[in-house]
Amino acid sequence: MLDDLKDAPALKRVEESLRRRFGAALLAASFEKGELQFEAARETLSGVLEFLKTGLGFESLTDMIGLDLVASRPEGAGRFAVLYQLYKFPEALRVRLRVAVDDGEALPSVTPLFRAADWMEREVFDMFGIRFEGHPGLTRIYLPDEFEGFPLRKDFPLEGRERGL
Amino acid sequence: MNSPEDKHPFILTRLDQAITWAQKNSLWPLGSGLACCAIEMIATAAARFDIARFGMELFRASPRQADLFIVAGTLTRKMAPIVRRLWEQMPDPKWVVAMGNCAVGGGPFPTYSVVQGVDRVIPVDVYIAGCPPSPQGLLHGLMILQKKISLSHPTKDIGLRHAR
Amino acid sequence: MAFKTIDLNMGPQHPSTHGVLRLRLAVDNELVLRVEPVLGYLHRGMEKLWESQTYVQAVPLTDRLDYLASLSNNLAYILAVEKLMGLEVPKRAQYIRVILAELQRLASHLAWLGFMANDIGAMSVLLYGFEAREGVLDVFEAYSGGRLTVHGMRIGGVPFDLDERVIGLVRRALDEIPRKVADIEGLLSQNRIWLHRTEGIGVLSAADAVAYGVTGPALRASGVAWDIRRDVPYSSYGDFDFAVPVFGHGDVYDRYLVRVEEIRQSLRIAGQALENLPPGDFRARVPRVLKIPPGEIFHSIEAPKGELGFYIRSDGSDKPERVKMRSPSFLNLQALELMCKENLFSDVVGILGSLDVVLGEVDK
Repeated sequence: MLDDLKDAPALKRVEESLRRRFGAALLAASFEKGELQFEAARETLSGVLEFLKTGLGFESLTDMIGLDLVASRPEGAGRFAVLYQLYKFPEALRVRLRVAVDDGEALPSVTPLFRAADWMEREVFDMFGIRFEGHPGLTRIYLPDEFEGFPLRKDFPLEGRERGL
Repeated sequence: MNSPEDKHPFILTRLDQAITWAQKNSLWPLGSGLACCAIEMIATAAARFDIARFGMELFRASPRQADLFIVAGTLTRKMAPIVRRLWEQMPDPKWVVAMGNCAVGGGPFPTYSVVQGVDRVIPVDVYIAGCPPSPQGLLHGLMILQKKISLSHPTKDIGLRHAR
Repeated sequence: MAFKTIDLNMGPQHPSTHGVLRLRLAVDNELVLRVEPVLGYLHRGMEKLWESQTYVQAVPLTDRLDYLASLSNNLAYILAVEKLMGLEVPKRAQYIRVILAELQRLASHLAWLGFMANDIGAMSVLLYGFEAREGVLDVFEAYSGGRLTVHGMRIGGVPFDLDERVIGLVRRALDEIPRKVADIEGLLSQNRIWLHRTEGIGVLSAADAVAYGVTGPALRASGVAWDIRRDVPYSSYGDFDFAVPVFGHGDVYDRYLVRVEEIRQSLRIAGQALENLPPGDFRARVPRVLKIPPGEIFHSIEAPKGELGFYIRSDGSDKPERVKMRSPSFLNLQALELMCKENLFSDVVGILGSLDVVLGEVDK
């Protein structure tokens, strides 16, 4: 299991490029179990992703993951986090970008950069209620439009709130 | 017109047997599958298990032409009105088989989006348990349905309908 | 007299939507203008359910995601859990997993071939494909008792060793399937009607495929040489010799060719794994109550439908804090509109079939 970034020279170069470009705006970087993850602030999200895609060649957005950290976040941190899992094809490099966002805050939509983000952002909105500004059509994707509540929030019960069926 | 309490006349019971024999040996299922159980339903219709020996190989695309609705898979709240509408579109006489644990009672999904059993939406004649039931299990359930049909009295039902 | 464009509804009850998928289409006479998939008719809340179940209890639920390739779902989830734990899996177990996963790829592609040909009109191929698939299901049924939802892998290895009976059935499947696939190819590959209905239809360029997150055979048919088994090997795939078919046109015919070639390569891999099966344990020791210290991981495999990934976040208890599935069919479906534009309405079914989507995976 790789836990030291110096064992992964390609990823080390990625981290160094990001630090040179963004300096203090790059909030944290960690390397565990062979995976490089770093954190950026909401305001710099689009810039960081743009640099990763066009500057460093991470052309593919593999997945977007929403997290509800209401039970486990440190004091003062945002309630939610959204993770962007990126991929660079030729060298098989993976990188994960984490952004914190609070209840009621919105994130910029990354659909202009990654077309795949269209449905991914709709899914995060459907399950968590996080809004994405600039999305071409932010509606629910799985649940009916009239459904109330956001199921993957930790305060939503597994069986749901509606009676009847 | 005989009242339902009277014993059913001999000729009509023979007619019942003839009608139910024809019905049970030529059930036409609706070509509808919801989830994993649908794949085992298709495997039952394929060459090895051959549902055609029961007369049921003609899966109809339109509910207007079908008389058997095999609900194969998980019913979600979003899909429930559609299943109800499909059932309503099927003409009488019609039968419903709930195939698989999800159709029987929600299966392994006690969640906010799953209907805990298709009988909350439409009436069910035969329940087949399994996740998924093997093709042999589905065929056994269909044979039970055939037995149920052979015990029914279509002429009596017609008589009652006219008497109302 | 002017005609307007027509809005058409296709599904969720439809003979060819491969499950409960609804498509809203706007057509100008026969030409497709817009396609909007409406999802969620099979949304069962799996990700929420996983948070209230233990890591071990979650494994059989993964079978129900892509129900045509249940062992691949097992493998993807279990590999992610093992990576999070830092668990070493014995070599014999890894080889057995490869045999099972490749047999599962065979079953999935054969079923796809049957459905796809049936949609286009070659109905007998449905029966041939399913008959060939039964040989593989015999192996699964003898191994773990399940034909469709096999649950044939466990955290730490596999549930059972391969005994003589199962090995005999595997050999029989590997012997018989090439001839059956050759029969199907003889019916389709050079068939004028098949070519007419699949060549040049539903084209997806390589750049679009990467931009939309398309993975799997559809990506390779568009010309991008990417296969996780070869490029980011897992479970000892690096030990085996196999080719990765890549074609360049990105149309329905190329997606068909990729999968038929993948069937042949899967037979090769399974055969090599069976011949070189190492001795040893088939399962590593795993604590009875499995608790994983806090951490997070993302791991993906090359499932028959594409890149199937799991993100797992643990909080130290015996239940995960979050499990997110990266669904290949979900993202492949997003590219459907692009592929259907400027095609005829009657080709939509063929294009959708060539994508090989499974609604259990799309809707979770």
